[in-house]
Amino acid sequence: MAEFFAMGGYGWYVWMSYGACAVVVVGEALSVRARRRRALEDARLAAVDAPSRGAGAMP
Amino acid sequence: MAINWYHYASPATFHPLAGRLAAAFAWLAAALTAAGLWIGFVVAPTDATQGEAYRIIFIHVPTAWMAMFIYLVMAFWSALALGFNTRLSAMMAQSLAPTGALMALLALWTGAFWGRPTWGTYWAWDARMTSTLILLFLYLGVIALRNAIDDPRRADKACAVLTLVGAVNVPIIYFSVRWWNTLHQGASVSLTSAPKMATIMLTGMLVMTFACWFWCIAVALWRVQAIILERERGAGWVAALPAVRET
Repeated sequence: MAEFFAMGGYGWYVWMSYGACAVVVVGEALSVRARRRRALEDARLAAVDAPSRGAGAMP
Repeated sequence: MAINWYHYASPATFHPLAGRLAAAFAWLAAALTAAGLWIGFVVAPTDATQGEAYRIIFIHVPTAWMAMFIYLVMAFWSALALGFNTRLSAMMAQSLAPTGALMALLALWTGAFWGRPTWGTYWAWDARMTSTLILLFLYLGVIALRNAIDDPRRADKACAVLTLVGAVNVPIIYFSVRWWNTLHQGASVSLTSAPKMATIMLTGMLVMTFACWFWCIAVALWRVQAIILERERGAGWVAALPAVRET
């Protein structure tokens, strides 16, 4: 196992490359999810502010 | 096959479809990533000249291809948005810019960490690296331009023009290794000749490329859902969404 992570002495280069990709994938997914939640929250506020335009928004 | 494409050109009908498509592409990407990493780290043997450092190829080439490819797709949607004044194509272009920027960043980053052990340097002002850096700046420029313009419809037009002008950089990147004498190696895989690499390494690289491609589609579709919600905020169909009524 340790041998695998050492990558024949190139561990720093290989894992910095793959690690950065993992960070980007996770980070992008989280940021998009946060943006979607913010958009839904803003849409809810907009529907409350202008109920006449929000067909079906009122109970 | 009679699919009414115009039906899905409306943000209201595309929003739920984007969610379903994104989930499917994300699962495909996850499965292909597992298979690609298995091939890249377990099945593929150590390279005779580069040792284990060459394994960076399985992530470097897919991200670099995606950085260029996403720009072309963004240019395609921009051209549609300019030519037909369609809102959804402009939103697709808007959604692709951050993903493309991240792919360009990863291509440069993984290239640096591959260049250091093989060429002895993290960075050189080589034609391919410099043109890829310009690609990253083009993506960032499109994002910054959009943020600088308050009216979304005006921002759509300005970003589309900038994107289309910047598209000239993509063939420059692609042919840079032929036009100039670069430190970066020439193409190992091209449409016109047989690949210059072992079959198992090529397989791993292609599987990772599809994984990367499908992930980019998934995340761009999720982002376009958020963009649709942001821009259609006042519309009745948004207010009627269960997620909006319940939160």
